Amino acid sequence: MTELENIKPNVYLKCEDRKLTKDDQDENVVDPFDEREIFDLIRNINDPEHPLTLEELHVLEQSLITVDNEKNIVQILFTPTIPHCSMATLIGLSIRVKLLRALPPRFKVSVEINPGTHASEHAVNKQLSDKERVAAALENTHLTEVINQCIGTPLK
Amino acid sequence: MDRMQLLQTLTGHEGRVWSASWHPSGNLFASCGQDKTIKVWAKTENYRWVAQKVLTKGHSRTIRDVAWSYCGHYLASASFDTTVAVWDQKSGEFECNATLEGHDNEVKSVTWSRSGNLLATCSRDKSVWIWEVHNAPDQEDEYECVAVLNGHTQDVKKVCWHPQEDLLASASYDNTIRMYRQDMVDNEWEMLEPMESHTSTVWSIAFDASGKRLASCSEDKTVKIWQQYGPDNTLGIPCPEKGSVWKCVCTLAGFHTRAVYDIDWCKQTGLLATACGDDMARIFRETPNSDPNEPTFELVVMFAAHSQDVNKVAWHPVTPGVLLTAGDDATIKIWQYQEEN
Repeated sequence: MTELENIKPNVYLKCEDRKLTKDDQDENVVDPFDEREIFDLIRNINDPEHPLTLEELHVLEQSLITVDNEKNIVQILFTPTIPHCSMATLIGLSIRVKLLRALPPRFKVSVEINPGTHASEHAVNKQLSDKERVAAALENTHLTEVINQCIGTPLK
Repeated sequence: MDRMQLLQTLTGHEGRVWSASWHPSGNLFASCGQDKTIKVWAKTENYRWVAQKVLTKGHSRTIRDVAWSYCGHYLASASFDTTVAVWDQKSGEFECNATLEGHDNEVKSVTWSRSGNLLATCSRDKSVWIWEVHNAPDQEDEYECVAVLNGHTQDVKKVCWHPQEDLLASASYDNTIRMYRQDMVDNEWEMLEPMESHTSTVWSIAFDASGKRLASCSEDKTVKIWQQYGPDNTLGIPCPEKGSVWKCVCTLAGFHTRAVYDIDWCKQTGLLATACGDDMARIFRETPNSDPNEPTFELVVMFAAHSQDVNKVAWHPVTPGVLLTAGDDATIKIWQYQEEN
């Protein structure tokens, strides 16, 4: 990457770690997936441009995640750092892939742009929800390398 | 409510099963998917389906679709590797004896014409290709591309030939359906006006037995019924010279909770089956005595077909009421429709 699209993004603080309760450590208690657990799975995904996580850039926020464990539904809204961000599809794809690998297959995951925060939100959303195109994209070795780099834990 | 009886669950594919196609005899079917293989299933004496052949050497990426020719001698497969393979058993074994190249990107669907001498393919590259088949009993068959049709503005998901005529239909990510026919004067393939009504990707299309109706299903969670009107229609619907128009006469909305990935219209019973992203398959029947110009359809069965998205529904070509479904859960299932009296 030669030129950064968003030269000075706003950087925010990370949230504190989840406080473990007694029930969380009790193997006999069934704890369903909740918003915080999904957030923890994806908040450390790296931005493709900056050495920062999607949480630090406020691309992902726990309040924009909806989980219905019973109905097997996970919905993520993400906010690109700028309205013309050309990385929006790649960021959405990284979130999808991370959840595809981490969650049981019963979940229907949708990843969409936070309404009103991107110039081509409709086109990006349509592409991210097309499972056939996502499947084809994931057979592209170059693209999966880039995504794996985003998903991998940061080197710091 | 009518019901579906599960006859058999078939496992063997690794990963998502994308498509399947019945052999015209009904004694075989082929399936394909993410694992880059084609499996040919045959019926044993005690009516169990078993994988008789596994074809592995045709494609280097996901096989998205398979289709048998009407004569039953050829099987075509469409792959994300941009090629279409044609398999036959001339040597006694299934062999890939032709590879059709030309698409710039993933091939999404393949279909044979009723006459058997035309093959159509469509791709992510937005085009629909028509191939002429030159059979040579003692030599290799040849496939010649006779038309490249660039009517769609986006990824083309599905192609489907008319059950009797050389009329081709295609469905696309651009939300439209298009039809193509050969001009009688200059033999060139021409595109008819796009059929617009869906508000998102049209995933699949199927003609009814008469070929005068087409059903389509979409990412917009609806199913639509289209009716052909010729110049002699009594409703006064304007038609192009010597041509016909297709009008959306019915929308089935509110039945599906997620994208509808496939649809099949049974040529024997008239039942309409759909495959949905909510893991369910549904069967619809036209209401008796419904107005042909404003038909109504009722949901007669809804059943949990798979544990993940359902990608394919296909009615048996011979035995009424036998339905095949395939899904993301790597299984294929065979069902029997039972009417409740």
